[in-house]
Amino acid sequence: MKPVNQKAWFLILPVVLCVAFSAILPLMTVVNYSVQDIISPERRVFVGTEWFKSVMRDDDLQGALLRQIGFSLSVLLVEIPLGIALALSMPAKGWKSSAVLVLVAISLLIPWNVVGTIWQIYGRADIGLFGAALARLGINYSYTGNATDAWLTVLLMDVWHWTPLVALLCFAGLRAIPDAYYQAASIDGASKFAVFRYIQLPKLRGVLMIAVLLRFMDSFMIYTEPFVLTGGGPGNSTTFLSQYLTQKAVGQFDLGPAAAFSLIYFLIILLLCFILYNWMQRVGTADKTEAEHG
Amino acid sequence: MARIDLDLAHAYKPNPQRDEDYALLPLKMTFDDGGAYALLGPSGCGKTTLLNIVSGLVKPSHGNVKYDGVDVTARTPQQRNIAQVFQFPVIYDTMTVAENLAFPLRNRGVPAEKIKQRVGRIAEMLEMSKQLDMRAAGLAADAKQKISLGRGLVREDVSAVLFDEPLTVIDPHLKWQLRRKLKQIHHELKLTLIYVTHDQVEALTFADQVVVMTRGRAVQIGTASQLFERPAHTFVGHFIGSPGMNFLPLQHGASGASVAGHPVQAPDAAATLGVRPEYVTLAAPNAAGAVPAVVTQAQDIGTYWLLTTRIGTDGPLVRARLGAEQRAPQVGEHVWLGIQGSHTCYYKDEELLG
Amino acid sequence: MELTLERIEQKVGAQTHLYPLDLTLVPRAVTVLLGATQAGKTTLMRVMAGLDVPSKGRVLADGVDVTGLPVRDRNVAMVYQQFINYPSMTVANNIASPLKLRKESNIDARVNELAAKLHIEPFLQRLPAELSGGQQQRVALARALAKNAPLMLLDEPLVNLDYKLREELRDELSLLFASGQSTVVYATTEPTEALLLGGYTAVLDGGELLQYGPTAEVFRRPRSLRVARAFSDPPMNLVTATAQADGLLLPGGVSLAVPLPATPDPALTLGVRAGALRVHQRNGDVALPGIVELAEIAGSDTFVHVETKIGELVAQLTGVHVFTLGEAITLYLDPRQAYVFDAPGNLLVAPEVI
Repeated sequence: MKPVNQKAWFLILPVVLCVAFSAILPLMTVVNYSVQDIISPERRVFVGTEWFKSVMRDDDLQGALLRQIGFSLSVLLVEIPLGIALALSMPAKGWKSSAVLVLVAISLLIPWNVVGTIWQIYGRADIGLFGAALARLGINYSYTGNATDAWLTVLLMDVWHWTPLVALLCFAGLRAIPDAYYQAASIDGASKFAVFRYIQLPKLRGVLMIAVLLRFMDSFMIYTEPFVLTGGGPGNSTTFLSQYLTQKAVGQFDLGPAAAFSLIYFLIILLLCFILYNWMQRVGTADKTEAEHG
Repeated sequence: MARIDLDLAHAYKPNPQRDEDYALLPLKMTFDDGGAYALLGPSGCGKTTLLNIVSGLVKPSHGNVKYDGVDVTARTPQQRNIAQVFQFPVIYDTMTVAENLAFPLRNRGVPAEKIKQRVGRIAEMLEMSKQLDMRAAGLAADAKQKISLGRGLVREDVSAVLFDEPLTVIDPHLKWQLRRKLKQIHHELKLTLIYVTHDQVEALTFADQVVVMTRGRAVQIGTASQLFERPAHTFVGHFIGSPGMNFLPLQHGASGASVAGHPVQAPDAAATLGVRPEYVTLAAPNAAGAVPAVVTQAQDIGTYWLLTTRIGTDGPLVRARLGAEQRAPQVGEHVWLGIQGSHTCYYKDEELLG
Repeated sequence: MELTLERIEQKVGAQTHLYPLDLTLVPRAVTVLLGATQAGKTTLMRVMAGLDVPSKGRVLADGVDVTGLPVRDRNVAMVYQQFINYPSMTVANNIASPLKLRKESNIDARVNELAAKLHIEPFLQRLPAELSGGQQQRVALARALAKNAPLMLLDEPLVNLDYKLREELRDELSLLFASGQSTVVYATTEPTEALLLGGYTAVLDGGELLQYGPTAEVFRRPRSLRVARAFSDPPMNLVTATAQADGLLLPGGVSLAVPLPATPDPALTLGVRAGALRVHQRNGDVALPGIVELAEIAGSDTFVHVETKIGELVAQLTGVHVFTLGEAITLYLDPRQAYVFDAPGNLLVAPEVI
């Protein structure tokens, strides 16, 4: 229990005001919309939880939700092992290490809509390197026409874009393992796989948890890249949750249901943030106690 | 178990010219098979570098390392078949204690029955038999260090066990028990053990022979007795003993040697007189080999009194240890200190004379 | 500063870190907080400094209640285990920081004076990261001294330093404390350090304050078995005994003539300090023949573990002595050196101080 110092509250007042203006008030507006039926700007009817109920029952929404979950899971299944593998093969010290780090991080620096545009062109069978190569090999590939191809392309694009983040996190985690562990394993006669399984993977546990939750959250909110690449098509095969929501709110101007689902979407993300925060706290204290005694 | 011969030097730069360029000045050392050795010295003296050269983690820039006469300088620690215990416990978090101990044997393809037997024996020696099925990650630091140690001992053909300040993270009241455990293990298994530390208590307790090092140089190798009674170098006199040896500068004049103006018997070549506080006595006034001093501090350490005295008004400080049952002089009292006796040593250029 | 802690209690959730205690520090003297790790020393120091508010009780500085006052408003200097300095400031600026905050004049002169006192003048323009551990801790100490606070708290400041460095700094600290005007509180786990620093000692165990008094007195007359256990290095020899007509009856039929007060329960514990056991007989000594189990050499002393009729005993002998395992040896004990504790663990008999 620390002695209380009241002066600190005044220091954070400007920040509180900014956050209130830019986040909390707009959020309250959304809450307002979600409980009203806006037939026209003048006529607004309070409908309570009706939008929430109808939104949950909407087939289109459920479809988008399922596609989203499928996408996020595939992203994790590919990116996490790939990121670990990449981190393991990156050099640890010297100028080569810095050079490789920069190379790996390049795709993270590209604006997201540009990422979508790059892959749009890359995948075209006539002028794109990837598309043309596949056509040359005789594979019938079209991300605009074929739903599976579109899915795979969006997935591939996300992997290309975000695996480096997982790799960089794991790289940092690996550097935190003291040399003594590797020396001890070498003295114990452990094979490279045993070193990975018994030393590196357990020590990366904290970092991997962060990577998994970050990637899950980000992929759950993904909008720009698939929108630029496929526009949600063909049909609605690559329409994920955020795009569906935008279509609803902006395209069809159904503010009520859109606001309702925004809130649900927001709450899902909030829940995931909460889990991430608590897990990080727990892992953080466990590592700290180990570090103090180790 | 192996006999280890060292004939090497280690420098970080390719063409070392002066002493400062060397991490380890040229040395020749032998560790006998089954002996317990300690490398003792302050931080930065090169003891950990020397240990890493013996284990194979570092390759010496000049010279070689031989195990039982075979040159192993190019071999890895795994190939040399050594075991090493580090400063902080290194255990496999996901395994139980038994699995941790069994790991080195499993990697070598030892049959399961033999593994169980060996693990059981080592666990018993380390008094961990009841914890064999517990997860290693959840145990206290000293238990984890014992597991680290156990992994080294579990291999029967290990050539040497090397310790790099292993008791650093152990609570003080448990250090006592672990030191004893190490000595018992040495007695029972008769392995070649090499122990690096900056703590003289650990070194002198553990080892048959102690290598005292400073600034890359092995200054003296000897038993605890030898290091205590006849330190070959002033550094050894200072470093060993709590508190260390008193060093008094000698002046040579027409009538012989003197300390702060008081005549003493000393060889002509000697520049410094060294006498341990344990051997400084309270003498009768004007006795032979005694000097007058004033008591500046008298500390009651339970089992003994630690006196700090000054010879003359601005002479050197001399410390003396007196038994608890003796009457301790008060601060400011004038006393006569007997500093010359069979235990007094004389030094020139930091080296022991005769 | 006269610091008084009244009925201080510290609870964190369901755990009690400090049981109710009263403590008045002797002003301008050194008080040592002695206890094992997790005994509550750091918790108690934090309450003294004002970093934590106690769950119950009051803290009084010179009679003024400062319990709710944050540490910023109290005049306290603190030195930690982990050499804490401002990493981006030079050593000179580090030492000057408390002086600048108080807008004192003559800052440079003061900084030079303190640097000279702690032997760090050559490093004044360097950054802390460029210095060795011992030197960094000296900078932290200089900064604490610069503050010239009436209360100075040191939480195991020497524990991360080499053995010899610890000895040297401890001597310097003793002199610095003696010449200063602050009340000093020094936490440590080593009983020897408490004895070397002198002053007063407060023994803590498991969050409880067991005894507070002049160090030598707490050492010579531990109020209970717990204090005796906490304030002994090596651990005190404890033997179960029963009261009989003229003294104690020990296991193996050995009798010890000790004048005992009447107690309701004849089950007693005999305590013998390692230094009280000798290998040379004197008049009135009780002989305890036995076999050497282990001999540990520690700097200037040898500790022998002997298995005797009354149990396993540890004897401390001055100097380096060599014993072989299994050798027959006889220890002698003067009955006047015995401590006796009654069944609940309170002190009944303690050796007379000469």
